Amino acid sequence: MAKRIEDLKVIDNKRLTDDIFVIELSANNKIPELFPGQFVQVKVENSPGTFLRRPISVHDVDYFQNTISLLIQIAGTGTSSLSKLAAGNNLNIVYPLGNHFSIPDAGEKILLAGGGCGVAPLLFLGHYLISEGYKPEILLGFRNSKRVIEYERYAELGPVYLTTEDGSMGQKGYITGHSVLSERQFDRIYCCGPEPMMKAVASYSMEKGIECEVSLENLMACGIGVCLCCVTDTVRGHVCTCTEGPVFNVNDLKW
Amino acid sequence: MVNLEFSIGDLKFKNPVLTASGTFGYGAEFDDFIDISRLGGIIVKGTTLEPREGNPYPRMAETPSGMLNAVGLQNKGIDYFEESIYPHIKDYDTNVVVNVNGSYLEDYVALAERVSHLDRIPAIELNISCPNVKMGGMAFGTNEDSAREVIRAVRAVYRGKLIVKLSPNVTDIVAFARISEEEGADSVSLINTLLGLAVDAERMRPSLSTITGGLSGPAVKPVALRMVWQVARAVRIPVIGIGGIMTATDAIEFILAGAAAIQVGTASFIDPAASVKILEGIEQFMIRKGFSNLAEMKGRINDVIS
Repeated sequence: MAKRIEDLKVIDNKRLTDDIFVIELSANNKIPELFPGQFVQVKVENSPGTFLRRPISVHDVDYFQNTISLLIQIAGTGTSSLSKLAAGNNLNIVYPLGNHFSIPDAGEKILLAGGGCGVAPLLFLGHYLISEGYKPEILLGFRNSKRVIEYERYAELGPVYLTTEDGSMGQKGYITGHSVLSERQFDRIYCCGPEPMMKAVASYSMEKGIECEVSLENLMACGIGVCLCCVTDTVRGHVCTCTEGPVFNVNDLKW
Repeated sequence: MVNLEFSIGDLKFKNPVLTASGTFGYGAEFDDFIDISRLGGIIVKGTTLEPREGNPYPRMAETPSGMLNAVGLQNKGIDYFEESIYPHIKDYDTNVVVNVNGSYLEDYVALAERVSHLDRIPAIELNISCPNVKMGGMAFGTNEDSAREVIRAVRAVYRGKLIVKLSPNVTDIVAFARISEEEGADSVSLINTLLGLAVDAERMRPSLSTITGGLSGPAVKPVALRMVWQVARAVRIPVIGIGGIMTATDAIEFILAGAAAIQVGTASFIDPAASVKILEGIEQFMIRKGFSNLAEMKGRINDVIS
């Protein structure tokens, strides 16, 4: 799919927690076909300290309404500026970028595992898998009940298993400690979250011989594979996270 | 009608907008965004004899009006370039220049010789100014004797147009430009990145794995402009201006300061179509100001400097 630079219109900007928000964008032109795991490079206006675009994974797509949504956590001045966008504002993006989560084999038992704002691409992935006839199950981890986001939307995808670090909702602890992982055998896990979480899920998967893909969040400049800043170390050497990722099979990573 | 052509010796470029090495891949990465045949030239990613992995991640930090990088010349080597990239270059109606790097003088010479056999590569850019490699790179470009030695050795084996890319991390960049000219270089390009440091206060450590990196973006533009102006007054060979060019106005400033051409670098990370927009803006400016060719515009600020 050809990449393009385009101004999209903000139609909604909704706060989910004190530092996480979802921006819904509509396009004048028909949005290109997008795949779960892909990302967009967002230009941040009115933020003097922000020079580079910000890579944001696609949270959901509605081809009928011609909209896409981005789930963003405030991490610095750039994302803080994005959090102030209002309906009617334009947002310049470069997309679609990156590879995507692989398509599972027929009949596989699939788990979507994520935490914090890393759950972002899993909603799009869940919708996609359901449309392809799969029945994904979802394992989500958050710090506490106040930080649980979009629970209902994930619950529409399939059974949701939840952990919080303080036990204020779901099982107490990290997602890798959830009982579902010892009770059930999944064939494939798709994971996105903080790096320690993804590493823990990766080692669980490798131990159990489960196929596992993770979505990395490396610092990026260009997003199109020319600056070579966002590399990750793989069995093939340094590769760009923006073009050969952001989704990697954990067997390819030197974790 | 505006004539945008410029030349290095007898090598013609259709316009003065080139893309800086390491910011434009091998060109094809931009096919979705622009027609790269519109550009004056493409300087491909810094190339070495052997493949290189570059430095460990993290190797980029955003800084005020710019960025620091410490990529360290990651590239797949000249064999890969010759087998996988070179065959496609004929599809582009623009000059493709190879940026030549090495750890030792012998590497530069061997690589220049390899490139001299590639008929469709009319020029090399000798990179003696990369700040992010342990050996070679900037070590050559910040010592007058080493610079002279490597330029002389490469000139002896390379018959195409030789552009020397200069480091700003020196006391007197004019001296290095003069050495380049004396040793038979056909052009100099400047500036490569400025050596810098970024600190992550929260984590109380350097932001880059290599500690230091090279600064690029609008933050370096006034330094680059000053150096281009100084060098253009001191040498007769064409000067290619590089450093924080984001817009056509930036590019025009470099030409008015004495640059024969310019390179668009970091701007392409933020707007993949920046190079073509800059080209269009230069043309519009020339029409508006009544310039019929670049030579009329080049170095014009000197008219008001006594």
